Amino acid sequence: MEIKKTSLNKLHQSNKAKFVEFAGYEMPIQYSKGIIEEHKFTRSHSGIFDVSHMGQLFIYGDETLTEELEKIFPLDLKNLNQNCSKYSFLMNEDAGIYDDLIITKIEEGYLIILNAACKDKDFEILSNLLGSKFRMNLDNDRSLIAIQGPKSVEILNSIINGVDQLNFMTGNWFDSDNQKLFVTRSGYTGEDGFEISISNENAEKFVENLIKKGAQLIGLGARDTLRLEAGLCLYGHELDINKTPVEANLKWAISKSRLSNGGFIGSKKIMNQIQDGASQIRVGVKPEGRLIAREKTKIFDDTDTQIGEITSGTFGPSVNGPIAMGYVNKEFSKVDTKILLEVRGKKHPANVCALPFYKKNYVKGVN
Amino acid sequence: MSEVKFSKEHEWITLEDDVATIGITKHATEMLGDIVFAELPEKGSNVEKDGTAGVVESTKAASDVYTPVSGEIVDTNQAIVDDPSKINEDPEGSAWFFKLKMKDQSEMDSLMNKEEYDKFAKESAS
Repeated sequence: MEIKKTSLNKLHQSNKAKFVEFAGYEMPIQYSKGIIEEHKFTRSHSGIFDVSHMGQLFIYGDETLTEELEKIFPLDLKNLNQNCSKYSFLMNEDAGIYDDLIITKIEEGYLIILNAACKDKDFEILSNLLGSKFRMNLDNDRSLIAIQGPKSVEILNSIINGVDQLNFMTGNWFDSDNQKLFVTRSGYTGEDGFEISISNENAEKFVENLIKKGAQLIGLGARDTLRLEAGLCLYGHELDINKTPVEANLKWAISKSRLSNGGFIGSKKIMNQIQDGASQIRVGVKPEGRLIAREKTKIFDDTDTQIGEITSGTFGPSVNGPIAMGYVNKEFSKVDTKILLEVRGKKHPANVCALPFYKKNYVKGVN
Repeated sequence: MSEVKFSKEHEWITLEDDVATIGITKHATEMLGDIVFAELPEKGSNVEKDGTAGVVESTKAASDVYTPVSGEIVDTNQAIVDDPSKINEDPEGSAWFFKLKMKDQSEMDSLMNKEEYDKFAKESAS
Protein backbone atom coordinates (compact mmCIF):
# COMPACT_ATOMS: atom_id res chain seq x y z
CA MET A 1 0.00 0.00 0.00
CA GLU A 2 1.26 3.43 -0.87
CA ILE A 3 2.23 5.59 2.05
CA LYS A 4 -0.23 8.41 2.75
CA LYS A 5 0.83 12.03 3.12
CA THR A 6 -0.86 14.87 4.92
CA SER A 7 -1.45 18.26 3.32
CA LEU A 8 1.55 19.60 5.27
CA ASN A 9 4.04 17.07 3.89
CA LYS A 10 5.85 19.62 1.70
CA LEU A 11 6.09 22.04 4.59
CA HIS A 12 7.58 19.30 6.78
CA GLN A 13 10.14 18.60 4.07
CA SER A 14 11.13 22.23 3.71
CA ASN A 15 11.53 22.35 7.50
CA LYS A 16 13.99 19.43 7.30
CA ALA A 17 11.78 16.86 8.97
CA LYS A 18 12.97 13.32 9.56
CA PHE A 19 10.08 11.12 8.58
CA VAL A 20 8.74 7.84 9.94
CA GLU A 21 5.82 5.75 8.88
CA PHE A 22 3.03 6.00 11.42
CA ALA A 23 -0.33 4.29 10.86
CA GLY A 24 0.27 4.27 7.11
CA TYR A 25 1.24 7.95 6.95
CA GLU A 26 4.59 9.57 6.35
CA MET A 27 4.88 11.71 9.48
CA PRO A 28 7.65 13.92 10.90
CA ILE A 29 9.31 12.31 13.94
CA GLN A 30 11.46 15.41 14.47
CA TYR A 31 12.88 18.47 12.72
CA SER A 32 16.46 19.72 12.72
CA LYS A 33 16.52 20.87 16.35
CA GLY A 34 15.74 17.45 17.77
CA ILE A 35 13.23 16.01 20.18
CA ILE A 36 14.51 17.60 23.41
CA GLU A 37 14.64 21.14 21.99
CA GLU A 38 11.23 20.70 20.38
CA HIS A 39 9.78 19.39 23.65
CA LYS A 40 11.17 22.31 25.66
CA PHE A 41 10.04 24.84 23.06
CA THR A 42 6.48 23.53 23.36
CA ARG A 43 6.57 23.83 27.15
CA SER A 44 7.99 27.38 27.06
CA HIS A 45 6.57 28.85 23.83
CA SER A 46 4.28 27.28 21.26
CA GLY A 47 4.57 24.10 19.22
CA ILE A 48 2.64 23.20 16.07
CA PHE A 49 1.75 19.54 15.52
CA ASP A 50 0.42 18.05 12.31
CA VAL A 51 -2.16 15.57 13.55
CA SER A 52 -3.98 15.35 10.21
CA HIS A 53 -3.52 11.59 10.18
CA MET A 54 -6.10 11.38 12.96
CA GLY A 55 -9.70 10.74 12.00
CA GLN A 56 -12.27 13.52 12.00
CA LEU A 57 -15.61 11.78 12.06
CA PHE A 58 -18.69 13.95 11.70
CA ILE A 59 -21.97 12.25 12.56
CA TYR A 60 -25.06 14.28 11.77
CA GLY A 61 -28.32 13.86 13.62
CA ASP A 62 -30.70 15.11 16.29
CA GLU A 63 -31.74 13.86 19.75
CA THR A 64 -32.17 10.28 18.48
CA LEU A 65 -28.47 10.31 17.58
CA THR A 66 -27.66 11.32 21.16
CA GLU A 67 -29.73 8.36 22.40
CA GLU A 68 -27.99 5.95 20.05
CA LEU A 69 -24.53 7.22 20.99
CA GLU A 70 -25.31 6.81 24.68
CA LYS A 71 -25.77 3.09 23.97
CA ILE A 72 -22.15 3.08 22.75
CA PHE A 73 -20.20 5.60 24.83
CA PRO A 74 -20.09 5.79 28.67
CA LEU A 75 -21.07 9.45 28.58
CA ASP A 76 -23.99 11.59 29.68
CA LEU A 77 -24.41 13.07 26.21
CA LYS A 78 -27.97 14.29 26.87
CA ASN A 79 -26.64 16.76 29.41
CA LEU A 80 -23.54 17.66 27.43
CA ASN A 81 -23.77 21.24 26.25
CA GLN A 82 -23.27 22.08 22.61
CA ASN A 83 -19.60 22.78 21.78
CA CYS A 84 -18.37 20.83 24.80
CA SER A 85 -15.91 17.96 24.41
CA LYS A 86 -15.39 14.73 26.36
CA TYR A 87 -12.63 12.14 26.36
CA SER A 88 -14.08 8.68 25.89
CA PHE A 89 -13.63 5.18 24.43
CA LEU A 90 -15.09 2.88 21.85
CA MET A 91 -15.31 -0.52 23.56
CA ASN A 92 -16.38 -4.08 22.95
CA GLU A 93 -18.78 -6.03 25.22
CA ASP A 94 -15.88 -6.95 27.52
CA ALA A 95 -14.99 -3.26 27.85
CA GLY A 96 -11.83 -3.86 25.79
CA ILE A 97 -10.82 -0.61 24.15
CA TYR A 98 -11.02 -0.34 20.34
CA ASP A 99 -9.95 3.28 20.51
CA ASP A 100 -9.80 6.31 22.76
CA LEU A 101 -11.26 9.48 21.35
CA ILE A 102 -12.53 13.02 21.89
CA ILE A 103 -16.19 13.61 21.16
CA THR A 104 -17.63 17.11 20.78
CA LYS A 105 -21.31 18.00 20.54
CA ILE A 106 -21.74 20.36 17.61
CA GLU A 107 -24.83 22.07 16.24
CA GLU A 108 -25.33 19.48 13.52
CA GLY A 109 -24.50 16.41 15.62
CA TYR A 110 -21.13 15.19 16.87
CA LEU A 111 -17.50 15.45 15.87
CA ILE A 112 -15.31 12.55 17.02
CA ILE A 113 -11.51 12.68 16.80
CA LEU A 114 -10.10 9.17 16.33
CA ASN A 115 -6.62 7.67 16.37
CA ALA A 116 -5.05 7.29 12.93
CA ALA A 117 -4.37 3.58 13.27
CA CYS A 118 -7.93 2.88 14.44
CA LYS A 119 -10.07 5.27 12.42
CA ASP A 120 -11.12 2.98 9.57
CA LYS A 121 -12.07 0.16 11.91
CA ASP A 122 -13.86 2.62 14.22
CA PHE A 123 -15.86 3.87 11.27
CA GLU A 124 -16.86 0.33 10.39
CA ILE A 125 -17.84 -0.49 13.99
CA LEU A 126 -19.83 2.71 14.41
CA SER A 127 -21.52 2.28 11.02
CA ASN A 128 -22.64 -1.20 12.03
CA LEU A 129 -23.89 0.02 15.40
CA LEU A 130 -25.71 3.09 14.11
CA GLY A 131 -27.07 1.56 10.93
CA SER A 132 -27.96 3.90 8.11
CA LYS A 133 -30.07 6.33 10.13
CA PHE A 134 -27.40 8.98 10.43
CA ARG A 135 -25.06 10.55 7.92
CA MET A 136 -21.45 9.81 8.84
CA ASN A 137 -18.43 11.41 7.26
CA LEU A 138 -14.87 10.41 8.09
CA ASP A 139 -13.64 13.64 6.58
CA ASN A 140 -10.46 13.28 4.53
CA ASP A 141 -10.81 16.79 3.14
CA ARG A 142 -9.85 18.41 6.42
CA SER A 143 -6.47 18.64 8.14
CA LEU A 144 -6.04 18.77 11.91
CA ILE A 145 -3.44 21.06 13.41
CA ALA A 146 -2.63 21.24 17.12
CA ILE A 147 -0.92 24.26 18.65
CA GLN A 148 0.29 23.70 22.19
CA GLY A 149 2.15 25.64 24.84
CA PRO A 150 1.80 28.86 26.85
CA LYS A 151 2.17 31.29 23.90
CA SER A 152 -0.37 29.43 21.75
CA VAL A 153 -3.42 31.42 22.86
CA GLU A 154 -1.83 34.74 21.92
CA ILE A 155 -0.50 33.43 18.61
CA LEU A 156 -3.70 31.70 17.53
CA ASN A 157 -5.93 34.56 18.68
CA SER A 158 -3.99 36.96 16.46
CA ILE A 159 -5.06 34.84 13.48
CA ILE A 160 -8.47 33.61 14.64
CA ASN A 161 -9.93 36.32 16.80
CA GLY A 162 -12.00 34.98 19.71
CA VAL A 163 -10.34 31.64 20.40
CA ASP A 164 -9.02 33.09 23.65
CA GLN A 165 -12.60 32.98 24.93
CA LEU A 166 -12.84 29.18 24.66
CA ASN A 167 -12.73 27.19 27.90
CA PHE A 168 -10.70 23.98 28.14
CA MET A 169 -12.50 21.08 26.42
CA THR A 170 -14.86 23.30 24.47
CA GLY A 171 -14.87 24.27 20.81
CA ASN A 172 -16.64 26.29 18.15
CA TRP A 173 -16.73 27.20 14.49
CA PHE A 174 -14.76 30.31 13.63
CA ASP A 175 -14.42 32.31 10.43
CA SER A 176 -10.94 33.24 9.38
CA ASP A 177 -9.83 34.45 5.97
CA ASN A 178 -13.23 33.47 4.53
CA GLN A 179 -13.01 29.88 5.68
CA LYS A 180 -14.77 27.89 8.38
CA LEU A 181 -12.50 26.41 11.02
CA PHE A 182 -13.55 24.27 13.95
CA VAL A 183 -11.34 25.07 16.92
CA THR A 184 -11.29 23.25 20.26
CA ARG A 185 -9.25 24.19 23.30
CA SER A 186 -7.59 20.87 23.94
CA GLY A 187 -4.53 18.84 23.19
CA TYR A 188 -2.35 16.04 24.37
CA THR A 189 0.79 17.61 25.77
CA GLY A 190 -0.22 18.79 29.24
CA GLU A 191 -0.13 22.38 28.01
CA ASP A 192 -2.81 24.90 27.18
CA GLY A 193 -3.53 24.73 23.50
CA PHE A 194 -5.90 24.24 20.62
CA GLU A 195 -6.74 21.84 17.83
CA ILE A 196 -7.85 23.36 14.55
CA SER A 197 -9.81 21.49 11.91
CA ILE A 198 -9.17 23.20 8.58
CA SER A 199 -9.70 22.33 4.90
CA ASN A 200 -6.67 20.65 3.31
CA GLU A 201 -6.10 23.39 0.75
CA ASN A 202 -5.81 26.06 3.46
CA ALA A 203 -3.73 24.10 5.97
CA GLU A 204 -0.25 24.93 4.70
CA LYS A 205 -0.83 28.67 4.54
CA PHE A 206 -2.41 28.60 7.98
CA VAL A 207 0.58 26.83 9.52
CA GLU A 208 3.03 29.15 7.73
CA ASN A 209 1.14 31.99 9.38
CA LEU A 210 1.51 30.37 12.81
CA ILE A 211 5.25 30.00 12.18
CA LYS A 212 5.48 33.68 11.20
CA LYS A 213 3.92 34.56 14.55
CA GLY A 214 6.59 32.60 16.43
CA ALA A 215 5.30 29.05 16.77
CA GLN A 216 7.46 26.15 15.55
CA LEU A 217 6.75 22.79 13.98
CA ILE A 218 7.17 19.88 16.43
CA GLY A 219 7.45 16.20 15.49
CA LEU A 220 5.81 13.05 16.81
CA GLY A 221 8.92 12.29 18.90
CA ALA A 222 8.37 15.29 21.14
CA ARG A 223 4.62 14.71 21.06
CA ASP A 224 5.34 11.35 22.69
CA THR A 225 7.67 12.71 25.40
CA LEU A 226 5.19 15.54 26.11
CA ARG A 227 2.17 13.24 26.47
CA LEU A 228 4.12 10.79 28.60
CA GLU A 229 5.25 13.55 30.98
CA ALA A 230 1.61 14.59 31.16
CA GLY A 231 0.65 11.00 32.10
CA LEU A 232 -1.58 10.59 29.06
CA CYS A 233 -2.28 7.24 27.41
CA LEU A 234 -1.31 6.36 23.86
CA TYR A 235 -3.41 3.84 22.01
CA GLY A 236 -1.45 0.70 21.12
CA HIS A 237 0.72 1.21 24.21
CA GLU A 238 -1.28 1.90 27.38
CA LEU A 239 -4.57 1.07 25.69
CA ASP A 240 -5.66 -1.82 23.50
CA ILE A 241 -8.45 -4.33 23.04
CA ASN A 242 -7.24 -6.32 26.08
CA LYS A 243 -7.40 -3.35 28.47
CA THR A 244 -10.46 -1.74 30.02
CA PRO A 245 -10.89 1.90 31.08
CA VAL A 246 -10.92 0.79 34.73
CA GLU A 247 -7.62 -1.07 34.33
CA ALA A 248 -6.22 1.95 32.50
CA ASN A 249 -7.12 4.07 35.54
CA LEU A 250 -9.41 6.19 33.37
CA LYS A 251 -12.70 5.73 35.19
CA TRP A 252 -12.82 9.51 35.68
CA ALA A 253 -13.74 9.64 32.00
CA ILE A 254 -16.90 7.61 32.56
CA SER A 255 -19.89 9.81 33.40
CA LYS A 256 -21.07 9.09 36.95
CA SER A 257 -24.72 9.05 35.93
CA ARG A 258 -23.98 6.21 33.50
CA LEU A 259 -22.34 4.01 36.12
CA SER A 260 -25.54 3.38 38.09
CA ASN A 261 -27.70 2.24 35.17
CA GLY A 262 -25.19 1.11 32.56
CA GLY A 263 -26.75 0.54 29.18
CA PHE A 264 -23.62 1.21 27.14
CA ILE A 265 -21.41 -1.38 25.46
CA GLY A 266 -19.07 -2.88 28.05
CA SER A 267 -21.02 -1.44 31.00
CA LYS A 268 -21.40 -4.79 32.80
CA LYS A 269 -17.68 -5.44 32.89
CA ILE A 270 -16.96 -1.86 33.93
CA MET A 271 -19.49 -1.90 36.76
CA ASN A 272 -18.08 -5.22 37.98
CA GLN A 273 -14.53 -3.96 37.86
CA ILE A 274 -15.42 -0.77 39.69
CA GLN A 275 -17.07 -2.82 42.41
CA ASP A 276 -14.43 -5.54 42.74
CA GLY A 277 -11.38 -3.66 41.51
CA ALA A 278 -9.35 -4.60 38.47
CA SER A 279 -6.54 -7.12 38.93
CA GLN A 280 -4.04 -4.94 37.05
CA ILE A 281 -3.91 -1.17 36.88
CA ARG A 282 -1.98 1.48 34.99
CA VAL A 283 0.54 3.39 37.09
CA GLY A 284 3.38 5.85 36.66
CA VAL A 285 6.88 4.40 37.05
CA LYS A 286 9.98 6.37 37.97
CA PRO A 287 13.21 4.41 37.44
CA GLU A 288 16.04 5.30 39.83
CA GLY A 289 19.06 6.95 38.22
CA ARG A 290 19.03 7.50 34.47
CA LEU A 291 17.86 4.07 33.34
CA ILE A 292 15.25 4.07 30.60
CA ALA A 293 12.70 1.26 30.68
CA ARG A 294 11.08 0.87 27.27
CA GLU A 295 7.78 -0.69 26.32
CA LYS A 296 7.57 -4.43 27.22
CA THR A 297 10.13 -4.12 30.04
CA LYS A 298 9.11 -6.68 32.67
CA ILE A 299 8.30 -5.46 36.18
CA PHE A 300 9.21 -7.64 39.19
CA ASP A 301 8.73 -7.56 42.95
CA ASP A 302 11.61 -8.31 45.34
CA THR A 303 10.82 -12.05 45.30
CA ASP A 304 11.55 -12.31 41.56
CA THR A 305 7.90 -12.65 40.65
CA GLN A 306 6.76 -10.76 37.58
CA ILE A 307 4.05 -8.30 38.60
CA GLY A 308 3.60 -6.25 35.45
CA GLU A 309 4.97 -4.70 32.29
CA ILE A 310 5.98 -1.25 31.03
CA THR A 311 3.82 0.16 28.22
CA SER A 312 5.75 3.38 27.46
CA GLY A 313 9.09 4.64 28.69
CA THR A 314 11.42 7.41 27.68
CA PHE A 315 13.47 10.32 28.94
CA GLY A 316 11.35 13.26 30.07
CA PRO A 317 13.11 16.45 28.97
CA SER A 318 11.19 18.74 31.37
CA VAL A 319 11.40 16.26 34.25
CA ASN A 320 15.08 15.80 33.28
CA GLY A 321 15.01 12.10 33.97
CA PRO A 322 13.57 8.79 32.89
CA ILE A 323 9.80 8.27 33.09
CA ALA A 324 7.50 5.38 32.26
CA MET A 325 3.98 4.03 32.55
CA GLY A 326 2.91 0.44 32.84
CA TYR A 327 0.50 -2.05 34.33
CA VAL A 328 1.09 -3.73 37.69
CA ASN A 329 -0.94 -6.12 39.84
CA LYS A 330 -3.23 -4.00 41.98
CA GLU A 331 -1.45 -4.75 45.27
CA PHE A 332 1.64 -3.03 43.83
CA SER A 333 -0.18 0.02 42.48
CA LYS A 334 0.21 2.30 45.51
CA VAL A 335 2.43 5.34 45.06
CA ASP A 336 5.99 4.79 46.37
CA THR A 337 5.83 0.99 46.03
CA LYS A 338 9.32 -0.29 45.25
CA ILE A 339 9.51 -2.38 42.08
CA LEU A 340 12.26 -3.80 39.86
CA LEU A 341 12.63 -3.34 36.11
CA GLU A 342 14.45 -5.92 34.01
CA VAL A 343 16.53 -4.14 31.40
CA ARG A 344 19.17 -5.98 29.35
CA GLY A 345 19.10 -8.93 31.73
CA LYS A 346 19.60 -6.96 34.95
CA LYS A 347 17.05 -5.81 37.50
CA HIS A 348 17.03 -2.11 38.35
CA PRO A 349 15.12 -0.36 41.16
CA ALA A 350 12.15 1.89 40.42
CA ASN A 351 9.16 3.37 42.21
CA VAL A 352 5.48 3.49 41.44
CA CYS A 353 4.65 7.19 41.27
CA ALA A 354 1.74 9.56 40.87
CA LEU A 355 0.80 10.90 37.44
CA PRO A 356 1.38 13.28 35.78
CA PHE A 357 5.17 13.57 35.89
CA TYR A 358 4.82 17.15 34.77
CA LYS A 359 2.20 19.50 36.19
CA LYS A 360 -0.47 20.54 33.73
CA ASN A 361 -0.98 24.10 32.65
CA TYR A 362 -4.51 23.81 31.30
CA VAL A 363 -6.64 26.92 31.33
CA LYS A 364 -9.66 25.87 33.36
CA GLY A 365 -11.95 28.75 32.62
CA VAL A 366 -11.69 32.13 31.00
CA ASN A 367 -15.37 32.99 31.25
CA MET B 1 48.96 9.16 18.73
CA SER B 2 47.80 7.20 15.69
CA GLU B 3 45.54 8.38 12.95
CA VAL B 4 41.82 8.13 13.81
CA LYS B 5 40.23 4.96 12.42
CA PHE B 6 36.57 4.12 12.03
CA SER B 7 34.35 1.02 12.09
CA LYS B 8 31.24 0.14 10.11
CA GLU B 9 29.30 0.27 13.38
CA HIS B 10 30.15 4.00 13.57
CA GLU B 11 32.80 3.91 16.27
CA TRP B 12 36.04 5.90 16.10
CA ILE B 13 39.31 4.71 17.61
CA THR B 14 42.75 6.17 18.28
CA LEU B 15 45.76 4.30 19.56
CA GLU B 16 48.49 5.54 21.88
CA ASP B 17 51.13 2.88 22.65
CA ASP B 18 48.87 -0.14 23.22
CA VAL B 19 45.88 1.76 24.69
CA ALA B 20 42.99 2.51 22.35
CA THR B 21 40.40 5.25 22.99
CA ILE B 22 36.99 4.51 21.51
CA GLY B 23 33.83 6.56 21.02
CA ILE B 24 30.94 6.93 18.58
CA THR B 25 31.08 9.15 15.51
CA LYS B 26 29.35 12.45 14.94
CA HIS B 27 27.44 10.77 12.13
CA ALA B 28 26.18 8.17 14.63
CA THR B 29 24.96 10.85 17.04
CA GLU B 30 23.15 12.59 14.20
CA MET B 31 21.34 9.37 13.35
CA LEU B 32 20.52 8.65 17.00
CA GLY B 33 19.23 12.09 17.93
CA ASP B 34 19.37 13.38 21.50
CA ILE B 35 21.26 10.89 23.64
CA VAL B 36 19.83 10.58 27.15
CA PHE B 37 21.48 7.46 28.56
CA ALA B 38 24.86 5.78 28.30
CA GLU B 39 26.04 2.49 29.79
CA LEU B 40 29.73 1.60 29.60
CA PRO B 41 31.64 -1.64 30.09
CA GLU B 42 33.19 -2.35 33.48
CA LYS B 43 36.81 -1.52 34.11
CA GLY B 44 38.88 -4.69 34.07
CA SER B 45 36.46 -6.55 31.82
CA ASN B 46 37.54 -8.00 28.50
CA VAL B 47 35.73 -7.15 25.27
CA GLU B 48 36.00 -8.88 21.91
CA LYS B 49 36.29 -7.23 18.51
CA ASP B 50 32.78 -6.47 17.12
CA GLY B 51 31.18 -7.48 20.43
CA THR B 52 28.90 -5.18 22.45
CA ALA B 53 30.63 -2.83 24.86
CA GLY B 54 27.90 -0.53 26.07
CA VAL B 55 24.54 0.99 25.25
CA VAL B 56 23.35 4.42 24.26
CA GLU B 57 19.74 5.47 24.33
CA SER B 58 18.17 8.39 22.55
CA THR B 59 14.70 9.73 23.32
CA LYS B 60 13.55 7.28 20.64
CA ALA B 61 15.40 3.98 21.13
CA ALA B 62 18.27 2.01 22.62
CA SER B 63 21.32 1.07 20.53
CA ASP B 64 24.27 -1.16 21.33
CA VAL B 65 27.77 0.24 21.22
CA TYR B 66 30.31 -2.16 19.73
CA THR B 67 34.05 -2.28 20.15
CA PRO B 68 36.03 -2.34 16.91
CA VAL B 69 38.98 -4.10 18.60
CA SER B 70 39.56 -6.62 21.43
CA GLY B 71 41.16 -5.87 24.77
CA GLU B 72 40.87 -5.18 28.47
CA ILE B 73 38.92 -2.09 29.54
CA VAL B 74 41.30 0.19 31.46
CA ASP B 75 39.19 3.36 31.73
CA THR B 76 35.64 4.58 31.12
CA ASN B 77 34.28 8.11 30.74
CA GLN B 78 31.97 8.71 33.73
CA ALA B 79 31.24 12.25 32.50
CA ILE B 80 29.07 10.93 29.65
CA VAL B 81 27.19 8.63 32.02
CA ASP B 82 26.45 11.58 34.31
CA ASP B 83 25.49 13.86 31.41
CA PRO B 84 24.79 11.92 28.21
CA SER B 85 24.04 15.13 26.27
CA LYS B 86 27.82 15.63 26.13
CA ILE B 87 27.88 12.82 23.55
CA ASN B 88 25.85 14.96 21.15
CA GLU B 89 27.99 18.00 21.89
CA ASP B 90 31.47 16.57 21.36
CA PRO B 91 31.24 12.95 20.19
CA GLU B 92 34.67 12.73 18.62
CA GLY B 93 36.46 14.62 21.38
CA SER B 94 35.75 14.86 25.11
CA ALA B 95 32.84 12.39 24.93
CA TRP B 96 34.95 9.27 24.38
CA PHE B 97 33.39 6.07 25.79
CA PHE B 98 36.20 3.79 27.00
CA LYS B 99 39.90 3.02 26.76
CA LEU B 100 41.16 -0.49 26.32
CA LYS B 101 44.51 -2.22 26.30
CA MET B 102 44.79 -3.90 22.92
CA LYS B 103 45.85 -7.50 22.57
CA ASP B 104 46.42 -7.54 18.84
CA GLN B 105 47.21 -4.25 17.15
CA SER B 106 46.77 -5.78 13.72
CA GLU B 107 43.00 -5.50 14.36
CA MET B 108 43.44 -1.81 13.50
CA ASP B 109 44.40 -2.67 9.93
CA SER B 110 40.92 -3.58 8.72
CA LEU B 111 39.36 -0.34 9.97
CA MET B 112 38.58 2.64 7.74
CA ASN B 113 40.42 5.94 7.59
CA LYS B 114 38.48 9.21 7.73
CA GLU B 115 38.03 9.52 4.00
CA GLU B 116 36.79 5.95 3.67
CA TYR B 117 34.45 6.33 6.64
CA ASP B 118 32.94 9.60 5.41
CA LYS B 119 32.15 7.90 2.12
CA PHE B 120 30.73 4.86 3.92
CA ALA B 121 28.59 7.02 6.24
CA LYS B 122 27.24 9.05 3.34
CA GLU B 123 26.32 5.90 1.41
CA SER B 124 24.75 4.13 4.40
CA ALA B 125 22.65 7.20 5.23
CA SER B 126 21.09 7.45 1.78
